[in-house]
Amino acid sequence: MGLLDKKYHDSNIIIVSLESALNWARKSSLWYEQFGLACCAIEMMATAASHYDFDRFGIIPRSSPRQADVMIVAGTVTMKMASRIERLYEQMSEPRYVISMGSCSNSGGPYWEHGYHVLKGVDKVIPVDVYVPGCPPRPEALLEGFLTLQKKIENESIIESKPSDKITEEADRHETT
Amino acid sequence: MTHQISANVQETREMTINMGPQHPSTHGVLRLEVVLNGEVVSRVHPHIGYLHRCFEKHAEAMDDYSKVIPYTDRIDYVSAMNQEHGYVIAVEKLLQLEVPERVEYVRVILAELQRIASHLLGIGTFGLDLGAFTPFLYCFIEREKILTIFEKISGARLLYNYICVGGLMRDVPDSFKPETADFVKTFRPKIKELNDLLSYNKIFIDRTANIGILPAEVALNYAASGPMLRGSGVSWDLRKNDPYSIYDRFEFDIPVGSGEVGTVGDCWDRYMVRVREMEQSLVIIEQALEQMPDEGNVMEAVPKRIRMKEGEVYVRTETPRGELGYYIISDKSPSPFRVKVRAPSFVNLSILPAISRGALLSDLVAIVGSIDIVLGEVDR
Amino acid sequence: MKQPEEIAAYLKDKIVKGVLEFVPAEIGQPWITLAPDSIKNIAKFLRDDSELRFNTLMCLSGVHYPAEQELGVTYHLHSTTFGHTVALKVRVPIDNPRVQSVESVWKTADWHEREAWDMLGIIFDGHPNMTRILCPDDWEGHPLRKDYVQQETYQGITTRF
Repeated sequence: MGLLDKKYHDSNIIIVSLESALNWARKSSLWYEQFGLACCAIEMMATAASHYDFDRFGIIPRSSPRQADVMIVAGTVTMKMASRIERLYEQMSEPRYVISMGSCSNSGGPYWEHGYHVLKGVDKVIPVDVYVPGCPPRPEALLEGFLTLQKKIENESIIESKPSDKITEEADRHETT
Repeated sequence: MTHQISANVQETREMTINMGPQHPSTHGVLRLEVVLNGEVVSRVHPHIGYLHRCFEKHAEAMDDYSKVIPYTDRIDYVSAMNQEHGYVIAVEKLLQLEVPERVEYVRVILAELQRIASHLLGIGTFGLDLGAFTPFLYCFIEREKILTIFEKISGARLLYNYICVGGLMRDVPDSFKPETADFVKTFRPKIKELNDLLSYNKIFIDRTANIGILPAEVALNYAASGPMLRGSGVSWDLRKNDPYSIYDRFEFDIPVGSGEVGTVGDCWDRYMVRVREMEQSLVIIEQALEQMPDEGNVMEAVPKRIRMKEGEVYVRTETPRGELGYYIISDKSPSPFRVKVRAPSFVNLSILPAISRGALLSDLVAIVGSIDIVLGEVDR
Repeated sequence: MKQPEEIAAYLKDKIVKGVLEFVPAEIGQPWITLAPDSIKNIAKFLRDDSELRFNTLMCLSGVHYPAEQELGVTYHLHSTTFGHTVALKVRVPIDNPRVQSVESVWKTADWHEREAWDMLGIIFDGHPNMTRILCPDDWEGHPLRKDYVQQETYQGITTRF
């Protein structure tokens, strides 16, 4: 004979914690920024197209970073592009996530040694949540990257901030002092 | 009733806006600095180099000519087989190497399949730029079929590293021939479907006809090639005009732009040349499948170590985007002295300022889409 | 259709100033060397002459020859009218790398010449916009020179692994 007994039985109400409701909503509608850099972008397009169909996970492309939840860094980031990536990341609203797709954005990939104009890993400029290896990764691999990100979001807390944001906050503090 | 507008109100100032490097219809990381007079484009300054991955430096740094092949894949990642093919032909010319018949036929079939796959992507994304989403999905269904064939022979979907100097990495599986023949059979009706869905769609024609007109003499002065040049009515295809590999054994037509729905050399003509080229590629594949010898060692002519003499060669091949040139200078060392890539997209994109003057901003998207650039190739 | 040696002989016949020599190649393709201060006139002649009609510049490549302390430019021309092809070369010393621009003859040279400046530091006299094209404007050095040393940082970001 609890307080809530027989109070909600004829309207559709489910009782969950606020945290899991938010996390459930966030992980089920990961809108990504439609932003291709290089070879991996073609595989990203293939993942979004008919055969692999991103939409069934609620993953929809957005053309503006301001509407996006997740940024897929799909391809080689060059020195000329690095500052632009940083700005795009800053334009995204919180909570924001980054998937680094392919060897190039993970670590420089095949260009790590002689690529004078290639950034050796996008994590040198923005925090990354999930790394998807491959050159280029298969669409299945990118999908797994998204499933991993969903798992990560499931375990998030609204009180504690995202670990990656903490890093940037610390870095900001470090810079100002 | 007439409105009186004083002269100083009518005065407009030019406005500069940036398109890219993050933009859904620049096909990658192209940045266009557009000077607008109202909605009309006065000038366009393309800024490139956002994907400059130092290919030429890598080619000089490799200690073997074969080690450059994976990097050539990544120059134009939409048509990796054609890139490999071009580079390998250039190295074989320097080595004065003869390759077995079977290898030549497999290479040609793969190059033509890749051409279809690349055009499908180009057409699909061109439609996407202009607001047609469904053709994109249809194109990708067919493209996946080609990628499945490629995956069976090389193990990769996009960047293959399959064609090697003197031969192929391994022989094609037995299923290659029937599956390719099957694809040719099923793909032909799909081209008609695509024409019904997109090519002769009223909205699509309104967006592309009479827009971005490129006259033939301008195209030649800019050294445009591929569908860009053929769209302007110039019948020029390296497979016919300067045959390489075994292309002189096949009969096929060169589709050119005719101004069917607008003016010769407009966006629609460039688009339609690609659609018709896919049909011609099917014709070549059919003939090649018929003539291809069933037996033969594909590794026969592969040299154990590549020993070069001093010399230089400029070899050009026809990729889906146009004339791909490899200028290789060799010295006696195991690594190339200089490799310069003459990328078709790089040259074709340089025409953009000339043909987009006076267009509307929304038409600029159509013009960029009709050039079908791959930024990996523009920036290398 | 003319062979490269015929074209070289034809040029010498017409007494075009600046044609130095025809170099046959053991393997690969031959070329004609030219004086760097006459390339523009020769280019115009090659384009407009009724027997040559080289209407397209296929490729323009810069090369660094470290042994000779020289930079070079190679031009690959093609005539769609006659179907013949020729390669031209000029060489300039590395401490004064100035070549005449052929941008006014073939428009396609515009971006190719900017690339050669960006990658190798060859200056093209008469080019309307001699700026970097692939690397950012504030990049240091010319990457395709054989003695190029990669800069350690760019805008505060390390360029190393």
